[in-house]
Amino acid sequence: MSTLRYTPINLGRWILWSATALVFIVAPLIFIDSFALTMLTQMGAFIIFALSYNMLLGQGGMLSFGHAVYSGLGAYMTVHVLNLAGKGVIPFPVPLLPLVGGIAGVAFGVLFGYVTTRRAGTTFAMISLGIGEMVFACVLMFPGFFGGEAGISTNRVVGEPFLGLSFGPAIQVYYLVAFWCFVCIAAMFALTQTPLGRMANAVRDNPERAEFVGYNTQHVRFLQLVLASFFAGVSGGLSCINFEIVSAENVSAIRSGGVLLATFIGGIPFFFGPIVGSVVFIFFVVALSGFTKAWLLYLGLFFLVMVLYAPGGLASLLLMQIYLIRARRLGSMAVPYLLAGSAALLALAGLIGIVEMVYRLSEQGASTLLSVPGWSFDAKNALPWVVFGLALGGGLVALRYTTRLVGERWGAIQAELQARPS
Amino acid sequence: MNAPAIELREVHKNFGSTRIIQGVSLSIAQGERHAIIGPNGAGKSTLYNLISGRFPVTSGTIHLNGEDITGLAPFEINRKGLSRSFQVTNIFHAMSVYENIRCGVLWSMGYRYSFWHRVNGLREVHRRTEEIMEKIALERRRNVLAGVLTYAEQRALEIGVTIAGGASAILLDEPTAGMSRSETARAVELVRSITEGRTLIMVEHDMGVVFDLADRISVLVYGEIIATGAPAEIRANPAVQEAYLGALPKQETGDA
Repeated sequence: MSTLRYTPINLGRWILWSATALVFIVAPLIFIDSFALTMLTQMGAFIIFALSYNMLLGQGGMLSFGHAVYSGLGAYMTVHVLNLAGKGVIPFPVPLLPLVGGIAGVAFGVLFGYVTTRRAGTTFAMISLGIGEMVFACVLMFPGFFGGEAGISTNRVVGEPFLGLSFGPAIQVYYLVAFWCFVCIAAMFALTQTPLGRMANAVRDNPERAEFVGYNTQHVRFLQLVLASFFAGVSGGLSCINFEIVSAENVSAIRSGGVLLATFIGGIPFFFGPIVGSVVFIFFVVALSGFTKAWLLYLGLFFLVMVLYAPGGLASLLLMQIYLIRARRLGSMAVPYLLAGSAALLALAGLIGIVEMVYRLSEQGASTLLSVPGWSFDAKNALPWVVFGLALGGGLVALRYTTRLVGERWGAIQAELQARPS
Repeated sequence: MNAPAIELREVHKNFGSTRIIQGVSLSIAQGERHAIIGPNGAGKSTLYNLISGRFPVTSGTIHLNGEDITGLAPFEINRKGLSRSFQVTNIFHAMSVYENIRCGVLWSMGYRYSFWHRVNGLREVHRRTEEIMEKIALERRRNVLAGVLTYAEQRALEIGVTIAGGASAILLDEPTAGMSRSETARAVELVRSITEGRTLIMVEHDMGVVFDLADRISVLVYGEIIATGAPAEIRANPAVQEAYLGALPKQETGDA
C-alpha cells in the first residue's frame, strides 16, 4: 500500500466532495426566491448534460454537434413513462424516472454511436450533426409519439405522496435534481479514473499509438459515447420532470449548440470546467434573457472572447488564481487586475450601450428612450452614441495595454516560481 | 515453440503503381535479434508498417508464431504479442511518463475497456509500470509530461511503451536515431536488456549498433532482401559492400 501515492490526496478529496454536497444543500436556502430556485434547478440538470458532453469533447476528443439527441430522446421516453404512471398503467416512482432517460440514452447511444464513432475528428462531427438533424426531423414527422411542435406535456405529481414527497413543489424538484446531479458528478468523475477513462484520453491524444498498445480506438470511442449518452439521458429525464413538457426543442441543434457553448466556456481540459460553464450559461439563458433581448448576442460574444483569449475556459482562469494564491502572489497581480478590470468594464459599458440602442431602434414601435442611473437619453440623438462609442473605443485601447501588463506580470511570476527550487 | 517468431512469405506492397516491397521472404527464429539495414528509401519502414498492420499488404502472408496475421488490425496484432516502436517518436505527449507506460500495460493485464476498475488502485498494473520505468531509467521523471522530456528520454519512453505490454516480438524502428554517442551506448544496453528472451527486429542506420546487437542481419535494397546472414557473412558479402559503397565498419583484428 505504501508504494501507492494517493493517501494524502484522499483527505482533500473528501473535503471537496463534502463542500460540493453542501453547496447543493444550502444553495436554495441562500437564494430563496422562486425565480432563483428555477434557475438552480435548471443549472443542476444542465451540469449533468454538460459534463456528459465533456466526456466526448474534453476526454474523448469527439466534437459532437448532436448531443441533444440523447438527452432529448431520454426526455421523451421519460415523459411517456411518467404519463403511463399518471394513468395508473404502470406504477413507477418519480424519483427513479431519470433512470428511464438514462436507459433510453444508452439505447440510442448504442444505435447512433455505432455509426458516429467509426471515425474520429471532422467525420465524427459531421455525422453527429447529420444524426441530430435526422432525429429532429423524425420527431416532427411522428407527432403520434413525439407530439409534434407542441410536444408532450405531463404532470409530475403521481399517486399518493411518498414520505411526504409529492414532487409538486419546486423545492422538492430542486432537491431531486440536486441529488441526481451530485450522484452523476461523482459517477462521471469516477469514470475518468478507470482504464476506459484513461484510454479515452490516450485515444484523444494519439489514436495511432493507442492501436499499437492493443486498443481498438473505435471501440473506446463507442463505449465512451454510450456512457456519456446515459448521463445525457438522465439530464433529459430531469428536465422532463422539471418543465413537465418535452418538445422538439429538446432534441434540436440549438440545444446541442448550447451544451457545446456552455462546456467550452467552462473549460474542456478540466473535469469541473463544464460545471462552471453550466452555471454561467443558465444564468445567461434564464436571468439575462429577462433583462435584455440582446442576451444571445452577449452570449455569443462571450463565447468568442473565451475561444480567442481563454481556450482553457473559465476553469483555467480560476485555476490560475488558485495557483497565485497558493504561491502567495495574488497581491502582486492586484494592480494589473484592477487596471485591466476597469478597462474591461469601460469597454463593456460602451458595448452594452450601443447594442441596446441598436435593438431599440431596430424594433418596430419600441420606445427609444433609455436610461442609466443618473442619465436618461434618447437613442435617436447623437450624444449617447458618441459617449458609448468613446467608452467602447477607449476601453478596448486601454484593454490592449492593461492585458499586456497582466500577461507580463503573470509570466514574470511563473518564471520566478519555476526557477525556485521546489 | 518450433514455429518461427515472424515469417514473411513473398510479401509485396505497392503504392499505386510504385512497387515499394517486391517479394520479401524472411524467417526470424524465436529469441533472435534480427537487424534490417539498407539505404534510405529501401522500404524498411514500410516493411515494419506491413508487419505491424499499419498498412495492408498487396500480396503475400505474414505469420506470427505460426499464426497468420495478414490483414489484421494493429490492435489485433498487438494482442497476439507483437509490439513496435516508431522512428518519429509516437507517444502520448499530454500524459506523464507514468501514464504513458500504464497505457501500454493496461490491455495486457486484462483490464481492457473496463469502466468498473479504479485505475490507481490496480496494484499489479502499478508494479508492472514501475518495473518498466526502472528498466528505461525514467522512474525519477515519472510525473513529467512526455512532451517536455528530452529527446533521448522520449526515445527511451517510446521503447518503454513498446515493451510495456510484454510482447514476445518487438519491432524497434531506429531506436538510436539522432542520439549522441553516449546516448547511443546507453540505448544499445537498454535494447539488449529489454529483449532478453524475446524476438527483436530492428531497423537501424548506425552500423556499430547493428553489428553489436544483431544475431542476424538482412539487407534490404529497393524493396528486396539481397542478403541475410550472420554479421560476419554480411560484412563479407560483395553485393552488400557494393550497396553500401564500403560504409560497413572494418573487421577489427583478432576479434570475430
